[in-house]
Amino acid sequence: MDRRGFLKTSLVVGGTALSCNKARAQEQHDPDEFVGILVDTTRCIGCRACEVACSEVHDNYVPDVVNDGALETRRKTSDKQWTVVNKYKTDKGDVFVKTQCMHCYQAACATACPTEAMKQMQGGPVVWRGNKCIGCRFCMVSCPFEMPKFEYGEWNPKLQKCTMCFERLEQGQKPACVEACPTDTLMFGSRLKNLEVARHRIYSHPDNYVHHIYGENEVGGTGYIYLSAVPFEQIGFRTDLGTRPYPEYTKEFLYAVPMILFGVPAFLLGLNTLTGNNKPPIEGEFDSEFEVTKHE
Amino acid sequence: MNSNVAPMRTFGDFFHFFIQELKPRGPWITPFNVISIPVILTGVVILVYRFIYGLGSVTNLTQDTPWGLWMGFDVVTGVALAGGAYVITFVVYVIKVEKYHSIVRATVLNGFLAYCFYGGALLIDLGRPWNAPNPYIGNSFGFSSVLFLICWHFLLYMVAEFLEFSPVIAEWLHLEKARKFLKSLTLVTVVLGITLSMLHQSGLGALFLMAQPKIHPLWWSSFIPILFFVSSIYAGLAMIIVEGTISHSVFRKLIAPNSHHSFDEIIFGLGKGAAIVMFVYYFFKALLFIHDKQWEMINDVWGYWYLLEVIGFVLVPALMFAFGFKHRSLNIIKTAAVMALLGIVLNRLNVSVIAFNWYADVHYYPSWQEIVVTLMVIFSELWVFRWFVTRMPVLNSKH
Repeated sequence: MDRRGFLKTSLVVGGTALSCNKARAQEQHDPDEFVGILVDTTRCIGCRACEVACSEVHDNYVPDVVNDGALETRRKTSDKQWTVVNKYKTDKGDVFVKTQCMHCYQAACATACPTEAMKQMQGGPVVWRGNKCIGCRFCMVSCPFEMPKFEYGEWNPKLQKCTMCFERLEQGQKPACVEACPTDTLMFGSRLKNLEVARHRIYSHPDNYVHHIYGENEVGGTGYIYLSAVPFEQIGFRTDLGTRPYPEYTKEFLYAVPMILFGVPAFLLGLNTLTGNNKPPIEGEFDSEFEVTKHE
Repeated sequence: MNSNVAPMRTFGDFFHFFIQELKPRGPWITPFNVISIPVILTGVVILVYRFIYGLGSVTNLTQDTPWGLWMGFDVVTGVALAGGAYVITFVVYVIKVEKYHSIVRATVLNGFLAYCFYGGALLIDLGRPWNAPNPYIGNSFGFSSVLFLICWHFLLYMVAEFLEFSPVIAEWLHLEKARKFLKSLTLVTVVLGITLSMLHQSGLGALFLMAQPKIHPLWWSSFIPILFFVSSIYAGLAMIIVEGTISHSVFRKLIAPNSHHSFDEIIFGLGKGAAIVMFVYYFFKALLFIHDKQWEMINDVWGYWYLLEVIGFVLVPALMFAFGFKHRSLNIIKTAAVMALLGIVLNRLNVSVIAFNWYADVHYYPSWQEIVVTLMVIFSELWVFRWFVTRMPVLNSKH
């Protein structure tokens, strides 16, 4: 291949590589700045005030808490409701568990998003931004907690999930669910402080809690952390998610991309130069040159 | 091809020529038309409905199964089946094996159209397709996203494939100077195309890396990208065998008589290549199976399903390719190619749809509308392919 061809190739390949080699894992945050919510399931009475407060603030479906009997069925969050409380029958009586987006320290959804529509904001809340979103639902595929919910019935669908009331946090308020909680089940604050409180509760009442804080290490740590009196798998938590942050699953692949973008063309052009006549084959020459191998 | 048009000098000439070429030729009532026209029209109606009432109105997608047949078959499987273009251009232009030169044009055209239509299928599946330019125009680049990489590679690869094919278009338009210039770009676009293919074929596998807790462990592996890349090689080869065989009987009149004979030789060569790649792929699969100590999982429905895929549709066709090559049996090789393709469809659907959320109580199955739209995508591609083949020097080249 001649020099002009080589330059052309280098330019094309280099340009492509530059556009991709910024692939990296989520930025590291100062843990002090990272906020979250501690959920102490031993305190929850299942009043569902958090569900109502959440839906009222975000203009979603407000459940009829008194009459709908929803605690008798197992519910998931939906595109209409960002948080739900479920009742689990355990050895230690009924346990009520609030579920919502966990706001992972290194969020799979934000890593997966091709347009940064799912984005981790300053302080940790992961929020969805409609002007960026293309609706590919890769965040739903990637989220280990299956939290982003898609509006399948809309021509202009949104992805719905808890935002940790990011807009309220910016105004110095607490998340709506935390303010509504009458039993101090929910505690909002810096994640490190929440962890200390959680540990303190376990140490001071070792018989009341299992000695594990869900979300401390799961999937690399989450903004929401949970305390429980019974093992977490009995109250609807997945305990097989591992402690590896989810962005690391694709990190090696993305790191390999720039190397392949530079390395493979070099290899191919080298191979091309080494294989016999250096002149690229001319279209149509096979008509005369091609040997028809006769068999039978 | 058959049009004896003088070289075009003005835009008016070109326009006239183009309109002439757009007009349908040949009989209207053919089995293919009779089947495909109603399917395409129904598909269009379904799509109109989908864009008014949302994805949920025509698909069975749920919050647990965000990707169904459109993503799993049209995009993830379709792109694997279009892998032939980068394999053949590697063989012909990079390592210069002249034997396969005669199938380059048809294969590249197929690859280009497949990406256009399967990339188009991605747009159908997007909830907010009007935002689709966002990854390209800089309204936030998600550099850490595998899908961002795939978006860019699809676009660049389509450009590369188009440039690889463009000398044929120039020939069709009797633009000799342009043809020579475009031809001089071929090696560069081929090298770029192969590199991009390696990355997005494996990238489609990397899409599922973060779905680790949701995919059955027999199908999830941190090596999915490599498995997807290796299997796309033989998927491409098998597709050329099947597609070429069909083209050679449907478009028989367009092909010079002596090249029928050479096409048999090409099939034997492709079959041998496919056998080798499939054995490598099977070896990878077996290695992962043993390393991850997955034998406890083999004795249930999912295990049998896995064995059907890996033994029935990888090992068996691999052996058939080898046997067919050794005993010079075209029929065995062609059957093996069809089985290998089914194996690819099975594998891609298993990873993206079937073994995804395998523990769910209610499992996803595609709605009839999803199936019709999928068929619509395939049929429309075949219509466009037929248009190109009957007008441009694709299957025979005079240059």
